[in-house]
Amino acid sequence: MSDLGISGPKGQPLPKPPVYKRFFDSVPVSIAIYTIVVGLIAYGSYAGAQGMGYNWQWYRVPQFLYRNTEIGFEWGEIPIGLVATIKLSVTAFLLATFLGLLVALLRLSGLVVGSAVAIGYLELIRNIPLLVLLYLFYYVLGPIFGFDRYTASILTLAVFHSALISEILRAGINAIPTGQWEAAKSIGMSPYQTYRYIILPQSVRFMLPPMTGEVVHLIKSSAIVSVIAVAELTTFGRNIISDTYMSFEIWFTIALVYLVVTLILSIGVSHLEKKYAVDQ
Amino acid sequence: MNQPAPMIEVTNLDKFYGAFHALKNIDLTVHQGQKVVICGPSGSGKSTLIRCFNGLEWHNSGRLVIDGIEVYEGAKEIRDLRQEVGMVFQQFNLFPHLTVLENLTIGPMKVRKISKAQAEETARNYLDRVHIPEQADKYPAQLSGGQQQRVAIARSLCMETRIMLFDEPTSALDPEMINEVLDVMVELADTGMTMVVVTHEMGFARKVADTMVFMEAGQIVEISPPEQFFTNPSSERCRLFLNQILEH
Repeated sequence: MSDLGISGPKGQPLPKPPVYKRFFDSVPVSIAIYTIVVGLIAYGSYAGAQGMGYNWQWYRVPQFLYRNTEIGFEWGEIPIGLVATIKLSVTAFLLATFLGLLVALLRLSGLVVGSAVAIGYLELIRNIPLLVLLYLFYYVLGPIFGFDRYTASILTLAVFHSALISEILRAGINAIPTGQWEAAKSIGMSPYQTYRYIILPQSVRFMLPPMTGEVVHLIKSSAIVSVIAVAELTTFGRNIISDTYMSFEIWFTIALVYLVVTLILSIGVSHLEKKYAVDQ
Repeated sequence: MNQPAPMIEVTNLDKFYGAFHALKNIDLTVHQGQKVVICGPSGSGKSTLIRCFNGLEWHNSGRLVIDGIEVYEGAKEIRDLRQEVGMVFQQFNLFPHLTVLENLTIGPMKVRKISKAQAEETARNYLDRVHIPEQADKYPAQLSGGQQQRVAIARSLCMETRIMLFDEPTSALDPEMINEVLDVMVELADTGMTMVVVTHEMGFARKVADTMVFMEAGQIVEISPPEQFFTNPSSERCRLFLNQILEH
């Protein structure tokens, strides 16, 4: 950075950035501005709620996190819902990755039929709203093929995200220079071996950032299955509210839980990315 | 020469890219142990021709038989053939995520199903032959261009190849590194390997080649032994080309 006083080629100090920029970029000022903005938003919501005479009951929220009853410690609805959401998301993500890889490979296969099928699938999925897709799976395909609401929601999420994941995988695979394919071919590797040992290990580093985004996206969109009452975080939130009428407190808490989970995920993966970057 | 078995037999070969006639009516025979150097202006089809020899490109008509195996698109034996035909690329194409040693062992281990210990022994042996035994545990990006190209040569040799194809192996190198690669290729030629080399390094060609091929516009214009090729080429176009590249 120039404000560290590193000198230019002829030993002349580089010009410093303008005073106002240094002022706004300094740490204490940044923190102060941040606190003021967040504080105003929080105060605004609080004042608004007061204005409509909302009765805050934060003290009743912890019982939905955990309880100490006569039979001992037990988890509340919110952590149980969170575990259900994570299970749902992980299953859907694994299935979506499998489907996505299949679609990506079809598209890369070079077969006319293969890419036609893949492109048809992508366009179909990408142009149907997620909610409509869920209704299709639950109300139409569910009765036809006889699967329950939980399966319907996993299939919906998996199919919806497989379209996006297949594009991420395809871009990652295409980012590898053709020379790598030719080198692998010229030592006699089969297409499978080439993907397994040469192409995919190198693509991971291109795929990791967008795939993390996709997992975060999937966890968030999993909330939509609450409309068909699949037991997960958002559904539990709705249930608690219909019992207690504490909609502000519970929705704030639910939002915070999603935020914490997805932030942990993003931070974890950015560490992984650094590790891969060093390895190369 | 007592005419050993032909390793590469090309008859009447044609290749098109769409409407572009990339290779026209190519006839060429390479015998075991022969060193063929192919030269010619860029775009003349030299690389395309040798890329046909291990199925990186497919010809559209004519016959191509390599070591008794008929090469055509979809041939079942093509993967067996590729194990016997090594290829060294202009851009090295080492696997950047693997160490030098892993670059050399992955082919033998995964394709030939050789044990890790044995593959590593072979690999170290060939690293010795290309004079970089001390670089075994580095990644390709940590090596100079010349060293990378020597690793690429060793990688092909580790597959126990019988034919080596070189596609402008020194064109991407800094001048001071060209000789270390050419030296390795000369030593390889001394072992009796069958070699087909696309290059503009005429010094190397004089030293190693027993047959010179000159190509232009997708055709073989001249095939002759190096003595005749360099002193008295029969075609005018070949003479012009030699004048141009030997001037400096």
